[in-house]
Amino acid sequence: MSTIIERPGTQTPEGLNCVFEKPRAMSDKPFHYCPGCSHGTYHRLVGEMIDEFDLMSRTVGVCPVGCAVFAYEYFEFDMVEASHGRAPAVATGVKRCLPDRFVFTYQGDGDLASIGMAETIHAAARGENITVFFVNNGIFGMTGGQMAPTSLIGQKTTTSQAGRDPMLTGQPIKVCELLSSLDGVAYLARVPLSSPKNIKTCRKYMRNAVRCQLEGKGFALVEALSPCPVQWGMTPGDAIDYIDEKVVKVFPPGEFINKLND
Amino acid sequence: MDLCQINERVCKGCELCVKFCPQHALEMSEGRNSAGFHPAYLAHPDLCTGCALCAEMCPEAGIVVYRRQKARASQTQTG
Repeated sequence: MSTIIERPGTQTPEGLNCVFEKPRAMSDKPFHYCPGCSHGTYHRLVGEMIDEFDLMSRTVGVCPVGCAVFAYEYFEFDMVEASHGRAPAVATGVKRCLPDRFVFTYQGDGDLASIGMAETIHAAARGENITVFFVNNGIFGMTGGQMAPTSLIGQKTTTSQAGRDPMLTGQPIKVCELLSSLDGVAYLARVPLSSPKNIKTCRKYMRNAVRCQLEGKGFALVEALSPCPVQWGMTPGDAIDYIDEKVVKVFPPGEFINKLND
Repeated sequence: MDLCQINERVCKGCELCVKFCPQHALEMSEGRNSAGFHPAYLAHPDLCTGCALCAEMCPEAGIVVYRRQKARASQTQTG
């Protein structure tokens, strides 16, 4: 499938084809994210999925608490704001009341892997027919760069200033590995958003996750390894390189579960 | 017209488009936009091939990319 998106109202000049534009499912409002943050990229991919599957009129999104708390400002479809970590529980309610809707949650690692771990695991164990788009940047970005459960060993944050010590705070939680033991999960994949190739792979995984829900297979989650240049204390370019050098060694990318063809 | 059009209003100067442009056609501007960032701009329009890798990496979804229609495609449309 192609990524050709034509926005109504804008005119493509004669003799040219528009090959890349902001998805129709997104509003024109500029993002509030820091320079180089992959939240904007992931938002755009979500918008592309809604356009591609023509789900605009029957999508309900659930926003997290965290950096993406204002995600509802950037999409043209309906969104619900959940309490911190409770997005899968809210999405469960929406999906059970309105089974014909496409329901997804958009969550960060502080939301999904920290305070909302119970909701995530139980939604996955019940095999709720929802899609979770998970952004893992290994830090609490919005509150000032505190250590998250997904921070790497040795990573310096404002609450682990000498680097994360495994004797004190344990090892990072690997959400995909954790959920892969549950039978209710239909699709599970992890991909770093560190290059155009990986973003194309991410689009492929997200397409599978959306198909899972539309075909009623069960719980689907796509984890995107994202940079947080400001809280990591790096330039956006260095943060992208850091993902490829360090983060993917702890969080190996790939498809963990794919029950689409079962 | 330029194949790659950068929305300077939303650019935050993260330089990811400059880093990933395979033709090195993009550069950072000396001036500032309304938010105070140095926006990226297409410094060498003749090098741009419309590959859209800059738009793929842009976290602000602020790049529109066009590509020239192929002569063969236009012939089949008219014929």
